[in-house]
Amino acid sequence: MIALAGNPNVGKSTVFNALTGSHQHTGNWSGKTVSNAYGTMRYQNEAFTLVDLPGTYSLRAYSEEERIARDFIASGEVDLTVLVADATCLERNLILVLQVLELTPHAVLCLNLMDEAKKKQIQIDVAALTKELGIPVIPCAARRRRGLPQLSEAIATALCAEAPAQTARIRYPRIIEDALAPSDLPRSEALTALLQSPPPGLSAQELDDMITASTALRAEEIAMTCIAIPAAACARDRKLDRVLMSRRFGIPLMLILLALVFYITLFGANIPSSWLSDHLLGLAEPLRTALAAIGLPAALVSILVDGAWYVLATVVSVMLPPMAIFFPIFTLLEDAGYLPRVAFQLDHAFHCAHACGKQSLSMCMGEKGMPFFLTAPP
Amino acid sequence: MLYETSFPLHDLPEGRSACVKSLHNIGDMRRRLQDLGLVNDTRVTCLQRAASGDPTAYLIRGAVIALRKSDAEQVEVGVMP
Repeated sequence: MIALAGNPNVGKSTVFNALTGSHQHTGNWSGKTVSNAYGTMRYQNEAFTLVDLPGTYSLRAYSEEERIARDFIASGEVDLTVLVADATCLERNLILVLQVLELTPHAVLCLNLMDEAKKKQIQIDVAALTKELGIPVIPCAARRRRGLPQLSEAIATALCAEAPAQTARIRYPRIIEDALAPSDLPRSEALTALLQSPPPGLSAQELDDMITASTALRAEEIAMTCIAIPAAACARDRKLDRVLMSRRFGIPLMLILLALVFYITLFGANIPSSWLSDHLLGLAEPLRTALAAIGLPAALVSILVDGAWYVLATVVSVMLPPMAIFFPIFTLLEDAGYLPRVAFQLDHAFHCAHACGKQSLSMCMGEKGMPFFLTAPP
Repeated sequence: MLYETSFPLHDLPEGRSACVKSLHNIGDMRRRLQDLGLVNDTRVTCLQRAASGDPTAYLIRGAVIALRKSDAEQVEVGVMP
């Protein structure tokens, strides 16, 4: 059995679908994989079970998802853990990678979103990263289906091979390392035991802080040797953000943009809507004649034609065109990275209503529903 | 490490950087911030405030993260002398 682990929103479900060929729903919300999804991955004539774990930032087992992911990886059932990381912010992703390596050396790192990283001019020395981590590292762009055959091959090879003898280790402060040394338990279990009964002079909180700090520090060390982010790389994004989200223009620009999207959706949909409505409703009379001709009673013909067919024709002609226009535009905005910025700008207003900015986006989709009632043909 | 002064992260002006000195808030948010790599001595850059002044976008370990005022006030930062 193979486990698929990674931070939320790194394209884990996309990798899962690509490897298994199954179409589990993927989305851009963090923590989407609520319960474990299973799938079968085929490589040459072999089949492996792949389990998509919930996306987490850490395996410290403080939340339900973290506990599920941690217990599963540590359980003897998993032969290999495939880590999916976001190449555009690898340093943060390395924190989870290091935590997993404390649980098991049997892992492969899939460096996803390499295309995005390239766009941002982030350079990652894959060979150096492989050497630092001690596990195979495969660069991928799962959405464009790049690097996936290599990933499948690496997974199959790693499954047959022995676990690497040495993988990247988190270096804890002396006091923790000394306390861990006498234990014969695996490092992660010894650490959990230590958290239950901290060494004298340390509170559980202090110990926990030290552990997290050591992990982040180690991730930083590895990032420093393997990643180069030119200062100019993000400069363009920042400049654009300063205009798009400036105090003066940010909100008006956003309102204009969203109004434009609604305008295109509403008025653009009218043309195909009336075309569909004309043609579908135009079929009603031939249908009535045909049904009457085969000898159905008049009441049944009326139910089928005036009831079922009219409702079906109206719903399709009114709902299909706006959806076919709105969702692609929304996807474009999402890919351009504008949607998280909308959520950012509106968070304050939504917070006042005890909600969060992300909900503005669900509302956008909801508002789109309103026009149905306004434009529905009588 | 020595810092000249310390102040809440929320008071960091746009475009300026500082290092984390301590995290005050207890519980889930504290852990969440730690999991994002916000531990002591981590360098944080304030990128931009939302038009309404809240939340604020910060650059933390190469990732842009938005924090609300109430959460950013719980992070004590210092500028190195």
